[in-house]
Amino acid sequence: MSLLKKSLKEIHNGWKNGDFTASDLLDASLKRIRETDGNLRAFLQVDEAGARRRAQALDQRSGEKGPLVGIPMGIKDNISTEGVATTAGSKILEGYTPLYHATVMDRLEQAGANLVGKMNMDEFGMGSSNENSGFHETHNPWDPERVPGGSSGGSAAAVAAGQVSFALGSDTGGSIRQPAAFCGVVGLKPTYGRVSRFGLIAFASSLDQIGPLTRNVEDAAYVLQAMAGHDPLDSTSADVEVPDYVSALTGNVKGIKAAVPKELMGDGIDSGVKDRVNQALEVLEDLGAVVEEVSLPHVEYAVATYYLLAPAEASSNLARYDGVRFGQRAAGENLIDMFSRTRSAGFGEEVKRRIMLGTYALSSGYYDAYYKKAQQVRTLIRRDFESIFDRYDVVVGPTTPTTAFKLGEKTKDPLTMYLNDICTIPVSLAGLPAVSVPCGLSDGLPVGLQIVGRPFAEAQVLQVAHAYEQHGERLPEPKLGGDTQ
Amino acid sequence: MAISKEQVEHVARLARLSLTDEEVRLYTGQLNDILQFAEKLNELDTEGVEPTSHVLPMANVLRADEKRPSLNREQALLNAPDQKDGMFRVPDVFEE
Repeated sequence: MSLLKKSLKEIHNGWKNGDFTASDLLDASLKRIRETDGNLRAFLQVDEAGARRRAQALDQRSGEKGPLVGIPMGIKDNISTEGVATTAGSKILEGYTPLYHATVMDRLEQAGANLVGKMNMDEFGMGSSNENSGFHETHNPWDPERVPGGSSGGSAAAVAAGQVSFALGSDTGGSIRQPAAFCGVVGLKPTYGRVSRFGLIAFASSLDQIGPLTRNVEDAAYVLQAMAGHDPLDSTSADVEVPDYVSALTGNVKGIKAAVPKELMGDGIDSGVKDRVNQALEVLEDLGAVVEEVSLPHVEYAVATYYLLAPAEASSNLARYDGVRFGQRAAGENLIDMFSRTRSAGFGEEVKRRIMLGTYALSSGYYDAYYKKAQQVRTLIRRDFESIFDRYDVVVGPTTPTTAFKLGEKTKDPLTMYLNDICTIPVSLAGLPAVSVPCGLSDGLPVGLQIVGRPFAEAQVLQVAHAYEQHGERLPEPKLGGDTQ
Repeated sequence: MAISKEQVEHVARLARLSLTDEEVRLYTGQLNDILQFAEKLNELDTEGVEPTSHVLPMANVLRADEKRPSLNREQALLNAPDQKDGMFRVPDVFEE
């Protein structure tokens, strides 16, 4: 078995015993990338020289050895890495090299994790398939004709194929959970404010959150532990105590009350997905959880709400790409002309579409009808969840309405693509923590079980996911990235 | 039609995007589809509902106004597409 298919705890034990070094772990990662990335194309960039240097330094490092020392990680390309090019999947940022680390990078390097490279993504996080990357498509390790999901598709595919032990993604409307579901890995979106966004290239600032994609739930707990907590550099990071996530993984869910929204198990959900989710719910019941059907009456409005609010915020955030201080510039006759030409040449089709939509929704005369209305419906969606959490501990259902779709299948019609986020978007609008954990295969493709918790209840969300993982269905290895002999 | 071709062109100017005729046609159609889909929100009575701009119960996060290290001029210019005499250089701002 490849070293990188072991859990972080197993790797750490081997490392403590002196069975292998940080350099050995890096070698395993680079070997795997060479074997599989020609087909997968999960990486935008492999920083081999930098990773080698860091591995050697880690092998010299003495003293306290945490669980992440020497662990090869992939970082989504919208997370700033000092000295390592960062594009957010956009041509407009080609050649941009950050002068500082995102706070999550600082914290993970402090914990000893080793950056192997930057992962492909939909441009600025805008997409559900990685087909909107400004550079290339990434393929699903289970079926190369299918998408890995998005926007953290490169991160999910790399973890599924064992190229890295874990990866970071970011989630605005489902961008960690949906690719995790499509690729058969664990993906955790923390509560809004749990993890610092400093150094994350902004898409929609009231929704964006960084989180881990991992091979199992315990690994997600370790990575979250290293990243979580208040950061003075991000005024929206919450000053809320960080519990011990790993010790929450008791395997016990007796008496936990789980709500299943009937709106997320209805006609729009593929029957194969529903079957796997129902089976997972039975496992939770067998373990002593109380599972009951509930209603979230406003979730059917969530996608429309999101596709007004997120583009509005994006149109404002992306105003900074003007060809003056960083990134690409196109020649123009005067300043305004240069701005317009730079932005038109640098942004891809979906990004321009969302800038247009957001600019329109915020423009004079339409603000109340679209933007304010959507903000009000966002309040109603939050209240739906609040009233459920008065009576239940977690909300459970499918992560996605279908399994991974084919490359090119949804690119013609943006609305069809948007509707793929129907299960994840309501949770994002409410700012709640949620994990997607694999719950079996449908027609040979992974299905994700989404578990949502109260604000800052990541420990409980992980506890339920972990208990299910111990007793539920285990996935085989994907085709691409399965152990090659 | 919620949004006309002329409005699309106007919004593109506001957003500093120069769109081709083909793009204007494409986005006019697609933005109409999306806005029509968004009309669904009008089924809901939101009279008196407080808008959510942010999910965390926090406002006005302040810190002490103290000197801290930051990028120096040379670093700040490292990613600039064009520069001169320690400044970002841009095309003419004013017409002759």
